[in-house]
Amino acid sequence: MAIPFVYSLRSVRQRYASGAVAVLGIAGAVGVFVAMLALARGFSSTLTASASDANAIVLRAGATSEIYSSLSLEQVRIIQDAPGIARGKDGPLVSAEVVELATFSLKKRGTDANLQVRGVSARTLEVREHVRVARGRFFRPGLAELVVGSSVAKNYAGLDIGDTVKFGGGTWQVVGILDAGGSVFDSELWCDATVLNQVYKRPENLFESLTVRLRSPADLQKLRDTLTSDPRLTVTVERERDYYEKTSGTLTALLRTLGLLVAAVMGIGAVLAALNTMYSAVAARSREVATLRALGFGAASVVICFVFEALLIAASGGFLGCAAALPINGYTTEVMNWATVSHVAFAFRVTPGLIGAGIAFALVMGLLGGVPPALRAARRPVATALREL
Amino acid sequence: MVNANGAPNGKCLIRARNLDKSYQRGGEQLHVLQGLSLDVDRGGFLAFMGPSGSGKTTLLNLLGGLDVPTSGSISVAGDEITAMGRSQLTAWRARHVGFVFQMYNLIPVLTAYQNVELPLLLTSLGRSGRREHVETALELVGLPDRMNHYPRQLSGGQEQRVAIARAIVADPTLLLCDEPTGDLDRRSADEVMQLLGRLVDEHGKTILMVTHDPRAAERARTTLHLEKGTLVEAGRRAA
Repeated sequence: MAIPFVYSLRSVRQRYASGAVAVLGIAGAVGVFVAMLALARGFSSTLTASASDANAIVLRAGATSEIYSSLSLEQVRIIQDAPGIARGKDGPLVSAEVVELATFSLKKRGTDANLQVRGVSARTLEVREHVRVARGRFFRPGLAELVVGSSVAKNYAGLDIGDTVKFGGGTWQVVGILDAGGSVFDSELWCDATVLNQVYKRPENLFESLTVRLRSPADLQKLRDTLTSDPRLTVTVERERDYYEKTSGTLTALLRTLGLLVAAVMGIGAVLAALNTMYSAVAARSREVATLRALGFGAASVVICFVFEALLIAASGGFLGCAAALPINGYTTEVMNWATVSHVAFAFRVTPGLIGAGIAFALVMGLLGGVPPALRAARRPVATALREL
Repeated sequence: MVNANGAPNGKCLIRARNLDKSYQRGGEQLHVLQGLSLDVDRGGFLAFMGPSGSGKTTLLNLLGGLDVPTSGSISVAGDEITAMGRSQLTAWRARHVGFVFQMYNLIPVLTAYQNVELPLLLTSLGRSGRREHVETALELVGLPDRMNHYPRQLSGGQEQRVAIARAIVADPTLLLCDEPTGDLDRRSADEVMQLLGRLVDEHGKTILMVTHDPRAAERARTTLHLEKGTLVEAGRRAA
C-alpha cells in the first residue's frame, strides 16, 4: 500500500509558505495561458458564429477573401438559378454583396478605427437567419440608410438610430441596430449594395461575393459541381463556416501561439518554483522519508507521495489561475482582422475546455517540478538519511 | 564468532558471518566493521556498547537490512538477507523488523494512532483489523488515551513509547533499537527500558539495542562491546 495521502496533504499544509510561492507561480502561468487562449477562442468563435452550415459563399476563383473577389451581375444571375439554392416566395435566397472600409471614431478613446461597411441585398435577413433587427428598422432599398451592428452602436460615436454620418462621399442615416448574436456582423454597418456602389462610384453591376442559402447543407457539393463546371463562371464555392474559419485562422493561430509562448515562459518560472519547493520539502523531510523506507515503504511509494504533493500544489495553482481568468469571460475587446483590415469586436470566451486545458497545463508543471525531487528522495540511502538531524 | 546467548542451541535467529563494511571517505578507505561474526538466539535481548565510531549503528543497520555489508553474510530466521535485492530487502524489513530510533522518528503530521498504523498499511489487514492492532499496541505501551495526539503534543518518553508501539504493532521477528534512551531523562529512560524488558520477558521478542548508557545496557541479557569494528568482549547476565 502507498504512503497515506493524509501524510502528503498535511505535509503540504505544514509547509504552506513555500508551497504558496509555487502555487502563485503556477496560477500566474495558468491564468495567462487561459486568458490568451480565451482571446483566440473568442475571436475565432466570433467569426465562425457569423456562418451557417446551410449557407455557402461564392467568390471569384482564387480570391482568398471578399475584398479580393468580384462577381458581375450577369454571373450573379447565373448563380442564383443553380440547383441546390433555397427559394423563398420572392425567388432564390441569395445576397449579392460588396464591402468597403470606412473610418469611425471610438467613443472611449476618441481615436479612429476602420469598420467594414457591407452592401447587401434586401433579402439578406432571409439568407442569414441568425441576424435580426434589434431596434429601429431595416434599410429601405435605394436609400442611403444604414443598419449598424450592436457592437458598432455601443462602441462608436454618432452611430445610433437617428444619427447622420458621412463617409465615402455620401451622407447616411442610421435607421436600425442589428443583433447578430455576437458574430462579426455586430461589428459591421449594412446598407443597400447598389447604393454603396453608387456612393463609392463603383460599377453598379459589380459585386464581390454572393452568399446563398442552400436547400440543405448536403446540397453544397451539387451547387459547387454545377458552378465550377459552368464555362461562363470562374468561381469557388465554400461553405460559409469554412470561409470564416479560414479568414480567422491566421490571427487565431497568431494569438494562440503568442499565448502559448508567454505561458511557456511563465511556465518555466513556475516549474522552477515548484522544483525549489519540492527540493526543499525533500531536504527538510529526509529523515521522515528514511523512516518510512525503514518501516518498509518502497521507493515507488516515496516517489508517488512526493509527486502527489507536487500535483496537489499544481492543481491548487491551476484552479487559482483559472479562477483568476474567469472574470474576463464575456469581456469585449476589439482587434484588427487582417483578412478584412477592419476592426472586429469580440468577447473573451473561457470555455470548460479551456479550464480543463489550464488544469492540465498546471498538472504538467507539477509533474515537471515534482518528479526530480521525488526521485532524489527515493534514491537517498536510508541508513545515511536516518543519521541526519 | 560470538554467540550472544552462549553456546549454539538450535534457537539461532540471526547468523552473521565475516561482516566487513567499509566506506570511501575522501581518498581514504574507512573500515567500520572487520570480519565480525555473530549468532543471536530467538528471544534474546542484546546490547551493543562501545565508543563512537566503533561500528555499533552500522552493525545494527546491516542486521536490519537498512544497509548492505561490503562482504560477509547475514541470515535472519533462515532468510539470507545479504542475497536480497533492494526491493526484496524493503519488503523483508516490513515483515520482520521493528525499528526504534534515538530521536523517535515519528511522523510529525500524523497522530500517534496514524504513526503506529503505518507498518500495518503494508500488511493485508483491513481497517478494523488495523484498528484492533494499533489499540493493542498503544495499550501495551500505556498510551491508549494519546492515540489522537500529534507527536508535538507528547513528552519525549511518550513519543518513544509510541515509536515502540509502531515497532511492535506488526509483530516483527526482531526489534532493533538505536540509542532508545539517548534523548530521554532518567525516569523516561527507565520506563522505556522497562517496557523493552517486558517485550522480551512477556512477549518473547528478540531485541538488539545500541546504547551508550550503562544503565540501559544492564537491562539487556547480553552486552557486546565493539571497538574499531570488531567485537572485543561479551558480558552475559542471567535471564
